[in-house]
Amino acid sequence: MVEKKKTTTKKTETKKKDTKKVAPVKQEIKKQAPVKTGPSEKPRIGVFICHCGTNIAGSIDIKDLEAYAKTIPNVAHTDNYQYVCSTPGQKKITDAIRDQKLTGTVVAACSPRLHEPTFRTATKEGGLNQFRFEMANIREQNAWVHMHDKEGATDKAKDTIRIAVAKASLLEDLTPKTVPVEKAAMVVGAGIAGMQAALDLAAAGIKTYLIESAPSIGGRMSQLDKTFPTLDCSQCILTPKMVDVGRDSNIELYTYSEVDAVEGYIGNFDVTIRKKARGVLTMAEAEARGIIGGGCNGCGDCDPVCPVVKPNVFEMGMKPRKAIYINHPQVVPLLYTIDFDSCVKCGLCVTACGPERKAIDLEAKDEFIKVKVGTAILATGFELFPIEKKTEWGYKKFENVITGLEFERLICASGPTSGHLVRPSDGETPKRIAFLLCAGSRDNTGVGKPYCSRFCCMYSLKHAHQIYEKIPGAQTYIFYMDIRSFGKAYEEFYYRIQDEGTKFVRGRVANILEDPKSKNLHVYADDTLLDRPMDLEVDLVVLASAVQPSEDTNRTRKLFGVSCSMDGWLLEAHPKLNPCGTTTAGVFLAGVCQGPKDIPDTVASAEGAASAASIPIHKGEVELEPYFATCIEEKCAGCGMCVNLCPYSALALVDKDGRTVMEVTEAKCKGCGTCGGFCPGGAIWMNHFATPQIVAQIDAFLLGGEQ
Amino acid sequence: MSAPGNFKIPERGPGIWQPKIIGLLCNWCSYAGADLAGGGRIQYPPDVRVVRVMCTGRLDALFVLKAFADGADGVLVSGCHFGDCHYLEGNYKSAKRMFMVKRLMKSIGLDDRRFRMTFVSASEGAKWAAVITDVVNTVTDLGPSPITEFRK
Repeated sequence: MVEKKKTTTKKTETKKKDTKKVAPVKQEIKKQAPVKTGPSEKPRIGVFICHCGTNIAGSIDIKDLEAYAKTIPNVAHTDNYQYVCSTPGQKKITDAIRDQKLTGTVVAACSPRLHEPTFRTATKEGGLNQFRFEMANIREQNAWVHMHDKEGATDKAKDTIRIAVAKASLLEDLTPKTVPVEKAAMVVGAGIAGMQAALDLAAAGIKTYLIESAPSIGGRMSQLDKTFPTLDCSQCILTPKMVDVGRDSNIELYTYSEVDAVEGYIGNFDVTIRKKARGVLTMAEAEARGIIGGGCNGCGDCDPVCPVVKPNVFEMGMKPRKAIYINHPQVVPLLYTIDFDSCVKCGLCVTACGPERKAIDLEAKDEFIKVKVGTAILATGFELFPIEKKTEWGYKKFENVITGLEFERLICASGPTSGHLVRPSDGETPKRIAFLLCAGSRDNTGVGKPYCSRFCCMYSLKHAHQIYEKIPGAQTYIFYMDIRSFGKAYEEFYYRIQDEGTKFVRGRVANILEDPKSKNLHVYADDTLLDRPMDLEVDLVVLASAVQPSEDTNRTRKLFGVSCSMDGWLLEAHPKLNPCGTTTAGVFLAGVCQGPKDIPDTVASAEGAASAASIPIHKGEVELEPYFATCIEEKCAGCGMCVNLCPYSALALVDKDGRTVMEVTEAKCKGCGTCGGFCPGGAIWMNHFATPQIVAQIDAFLLGGEQ
Repeated sequence: MSAPGNFKIPERGPGIWQPKIIGLLCNWCSYAGADLAGGGRIQYPPDVRVVRVMCTGRLDALFVLKAFADGADGVLVSGCHFGDCHYLEGNYKSAKRMFMVKRLMKSIGLDDRRFRMTFVSASEGAKWAAVITDVVNTVTDLGPSPITEFRK
């Protein structure tokens, strides 16, 4: 063991000598690297330190830092400026590159995730290749997180700059790769967000595949009765859009379908769509099978004969449906669906459909369709948080405790009760109704969700209004923590509801108990404004339940390589400046899948996503960062370990000059470097993240670099 | 200085030994998470120096060993959560290699608590601060690396 340690030490000493003259080491490797570039002259690096106002200068001693930077090997020029990202700041970079004949630049400022493109452009304008630039992050990962330790922060900044200079000294010229973009887009989810995005893309002349997992489009909005604050009928404003989607020749609609697999990258996504077995043929499908004039026309003859009865999910389980069904009369596309999980295959529907239409195929199988798209938008929406987890409110235990979405169906004219609000226990009209806001939202107990669901305050106010519209002599109570009426004309709507007679009680409901005889509910709460406990007897309780990402969101996001935040909502590229983009180039977010939104915000975000998704398509080509793997053929032993490691099948073994070596298909390589991290012979050169570059960074930190 | 989680904040000042720790971070999750901690001004000790790579899959086991050979008192590798890798499965492959490094460290008599692999997503700024604080505390408690001592 001791011997081993000795060897390690010896190695370290040799390496220490090496770092003093980094250039020779690099040149030796350069000879073997197939990449032609690489500075043959001695590196001359310019270091530019940004104050970022007081963001950086407040926690780091800039003078000391610049004085230190001058002593780092290979540094030929240093400068500091208030805001290096400003026009005069960038001019300092371009001027210094020309005047000082720099071979590389280092900007010590914010995160490369923020301003790397800016400074790459500045480096390019100065006449250098843009990849001769390295960023030292001394703001997000230094000044802002060590605000009360100026000395520690300054020391860290010195090391960070030294590490960056070490890398910049070894950077090479790279050329970004340009790839063509397929003139088609995909939208996953056909709620209001997905439909709006698809309509916008289609209107811009882009072929759009719209994928919806339910049998019909419309999503959550089609379940709503009225919308706040204008009290528009939800279906009335939604159905024209649904019809447009069904009619648009640029939109190819796949209902009852899911995304099964995604391969490729921006501009060239190969998506496999799984068309779930529907058991019912469209007219076009029937024609393709030679049944002229056949296929489902939505007549509904099959529905009455079907012997299987199931709860209708669209009606929140409050209405029955058959095994062959449509969700509601206004569905788009007007096409029946067989639920094969409950179908007994008795064949009665086939007989009812008749030999001319022949629309029903009980032996239908899932179909897989492959399409190629340039960009994709995820609009997977939300579902209600299972509020029965908050056991104190008795949802699913007491019949007269319902959720907001069930209320929407009960008050909706096309709902299970034709718009007559009734108590589930006895069918009577409720006279005293309590609404519980923040049911599961803003909940730090670990059971509910810590975030605000954003639209429950407003829809509960709307519910209260609808009760006064429909039930004379009713009394409504709203139990709230805060009323968040933040949108356009929302606050005015709140005042209107106050004037209508709703009683607002500021306090969280401790628990709800049921009177077993009358099935009335006792709401126990603390009125915090009057500082009085209260026991209120009501006929019906409506829980404004929290929302959470829909069931399939997690699976879909992983297919597209999109991250999510801790609560499961999909993560945008930047919360303020890029709310529709994701870290996967070419994939965008629309609607509630990114976080709770009301309908106006959802539509706005969908239009934003559609616009962002159409840019690469209209441009026709995208630039990819050239972080490809390349094979150093002299070193490659042809073992093929890397071939199996590559998640994108970008590597293959080929015969070259009588030897077996690895070859990279650049179009498939995404630059993760998994092959380069494993190659036992060190034969893989990862552009921009090459082994000598990373080792130089490690050495620069640990072995110093002062002259 | 406010501490995330229940970790003690290491003492700093003249004469107090500070560990040298290198952090090897993936661009998409942990580096973004560290940026988020910065945006949220969540304070943590300044002893970790960061090297960014596109994916932890890029990390050769030798990088970690090179850092220890150079005299690092601790090494932190941080990537995406399993199943969340921007490149599908780079973090799985990295984790396998890093387990190997841990076993190797044990067999050469280097305390394997000096090396850690963590999984911090782009939305876990607070977790990042907690991870750093904990790593710095662990390495501080272990003291200077025996390799540094040996080279003297």
